[in-house]
Amino acid sequence: MTTEMSGADILVQALRDLGVEVIFGYPGGAVLPIYDALFRQPEGPGRIRHILVRHEQAATHAAEGYARSTGKPGVVLVTSGPGATNAVTGITDALLDSIPMVVITGQVPTALIGTDAFQEADTVGITRHCTKHNYLVKDPAKLGGVIYEAFHIATAGRPGPVVVDIPKDVQVATARYAKPGPIQHKTYRPRVKAERSEIEAVVDLLAAAERPVLYTGGGIINSGPAASQLLRELARLTGAPVTSTLMGLGAFPASSPQWLGMLGMHGTYEANMAMNQADLIVALGSRFDDRVTGRLDAFSPNSRKVHIDIDRSSINKNVRVDLAVIADVGHALEDMVHVWKARQHPRPDLSEWTRRIDGWRAVKCLDFPEDGKAIMPQRAIRALHDATAARNPIITTEVGQHQMWAAQHFGFEAPNKWLTSGGLGTMGYGLPAAIGAQLGHPNALVIDIAGEASIQMNIQELGTASQYRLPVKIFILNNEYMGMVRQWQELTYASRYAESYSDSLPDFVKLAEAYGWKGIRIETMGELDDGIQAMLDHDGPVVVDCRVAKLANCFPMIPSGAAHTEMILQANEVSGEMDDEAKALV
Amino acid sequence: MHIKQETAERHTLAIVVDNEPGILARIAGLFTARGYNIESLTVSEITEDKSVSRITIVTSASAHVMEQVLAQLDRLVPVHTVTDLTATGEHVERELALVKVAGAGDHRIEALRLADVYRARVVDATTSSFVFEVTGGRDKIDKFVELMAEVGLVEVARTGIVAIGRGREAA
Repeated sequence: MTTEMSGADILVQALRDLGVEVIFGYPGGAVLPIYDALFRQPEGPGRIRHILVRHEQAATHAAEGYARSTGKPGVVLVTSGPGATNAVTGITDALLDSIPMVVITGQVPTALIGTDAFQEADTVGITRHCTKHNYLVKDPAKLGGVIYEAFHIATAGRPGPVVVDIPKDVQVATARYAKPGPIQHKTYRPRVKAERSEIEAVVDLLAAAERPVLYTGGGIINSGPAASQLLRELARLTGAPVTSTLMGLGAFPASSPQWLGMLGMHGTYEANMAMNQADLIVALGSRFDDRVTGRLDAFSPNSRKVHIDIDRSSINKNVRVDLAVIADVGHALEDMVHVWKARQHPRPDLSEWTRRIDGWRAVKCLDFPEDGKAIMPQRAIRALHDATAARNPIITTEVGQHQMWAAQHFGFEAPNKWLTSGGLGTMGYGLPAAIGAQLGHPNALVIDIAGEASIQMNIQELGTASQYRLPVKIFILNNEYMGMVRQWQELTYASRYAESYSDSLPDFVKLAEAYGWKGIRIETMGELDDGIQAMLDHDGPVVVDCRVAKLANCFPMIPSGAAHTEMILQANEVSGEMDDEAKALV
Repeated sequence: MHIKQETAERHTLAIVVDNEPGILARIAGLFTARGYNIESLTVSEITEDKSVSRITIVTSASAHVMEQVLAQLDRLVPVHTVTDLTATGEHVERELALVKVAGAGDHRIEALRLADVYRARVVDATTSSFVFEVTGGRDKIDKFVELMAEVGLVEVARTGIVAIGRGREAA
């Protein structure tokens, strides 16, 4: 017979039993019992480390960064009311990018729910549609089971965020706790293995294709490092060229001759042309997002399409496919490789297709003009890559032009090294995500490639990195504009720059120093390599304020609503005002 | 620029769910969040221990959107099964309505006569009013209510459609 424990102690014990190592959080009235239980944990192995962020949104992004770089679920602890509402952006971000995350929110005592009590918000109501699932726990005896179930839901099938809302009286009331066994959920049982016949059908198509493309996405990363290895194996066996979404970068090495680069709105010419001209597209853990497809009626018009995804609702959502396989992409890749080898398929002769792709590559779509004076942002990314590649850095980003330049110009070789906000496009993601990644990988080089506007959205987290001695680096491509907004204004609104100038910028070097960081400013091409080296040489957090060409734009670009073949390759193709149909597109 | 509308078809869905707090908000909210439409929605517990509920939703959507509706419902954690009764074969649909009519003289007599034709039962009566209970398909009830409007209709309460597949198999 076990003795009774408080709800708060049950929660902490359950988290310890689940192997949670780190929690990102911020205390407040409605979670004080939980913070006290964390404080009272015995010292030594198994003690959960709490990382005090400076804003609850940052706790969620830090948890995302931790999860995306380690493959383990991220855990967040925030108070009721504003604690929970501040977390909503990061929760939504995790939902859109399928990041496993469990968010514990405090709630006012059960008896006060619905009375507009101090710091009361309807957390389960607010988060119902930005979580994979959520719970309000009203009985401490059920808390342990709910926590286990929450972790199961967050990580099983297509991962996502789960919120567990715990009223303060439930944290104080006592009940018995027994470590729950493995979860056999009564309704949620995602299918992870495909039928043999489905796999054989995909292999048949791949073996017969003359112009195949493997179109990979974040699902490969979510499936685990083995999935990336199996993708490489499948690509080797079939000879098929590989492209990837923003979220899937790193699953396939950028140094491979079969790598086409990223596809979609800011994808490469060769990737988008190959998609357009392919006779077979195999989508692996990707979801035909609008950034990827461009105008739907012109998307890959002559191909058969296979979609392998763990989430049935992703099938036929945007693009109708010829063959759908519901499975974990890692399992599906393993089965495909197995069937291909068992049949002893020879590597298909794709020389004609490769020759055409080489023709598109020759356009050199990522080239950019340089005057030798101003630092082009693309040059800065490439210099950063060249100086750091040997250390296998983890790169996070904010959202905007710098994010796309990083995706285009920083070649990724391995999974879990690229952390970015893809689906929701959340400015302010990169710094807290870098903090989370650094905690998961204390010895890794972690760099947030930022813009001067985005970085200010969670700039307060400089303090978090200082407190925990985290040597994260922030590399700001400072062009004094919300560059992507300005780029769209040039494209769509005859260069009327409504509110896209970053006025009244702080002195980032002094700001860094105020937080105990090192600050470095790079203003000329001559300072670029030395500045990066100085950043790497400093054994601690560094902000680099890299002043880049102010009006550079991100190309190639497929304007919203255009086809893959209607790519803009250079800035001089951009001008004027678009019609209302175009203005209404996202 | 003008907003375009897609052509939609009516479907009746049976959704079996865990009877947990917020489940109705979760289902209804999914429809609003994703821009699907709900014509009617009914819900009630269907097991002795009250742990499972059945929700009947009548929705209209294009075939493409309908596929999404089913997939989105199916991936909600507390959902056991989702069945598109319209697509899976013949089924029976019924709705119950309570219809209040007030009046005197010929109107009163005519209301009773029409109720008889429609097999509506009188469940409340005063010297100047009736409440009729009528069950049937949506069209029958629409027609009955329309007729009552001519003889002193005061108020209508309708349950919305409940539906079940024909034959011996469960959905």
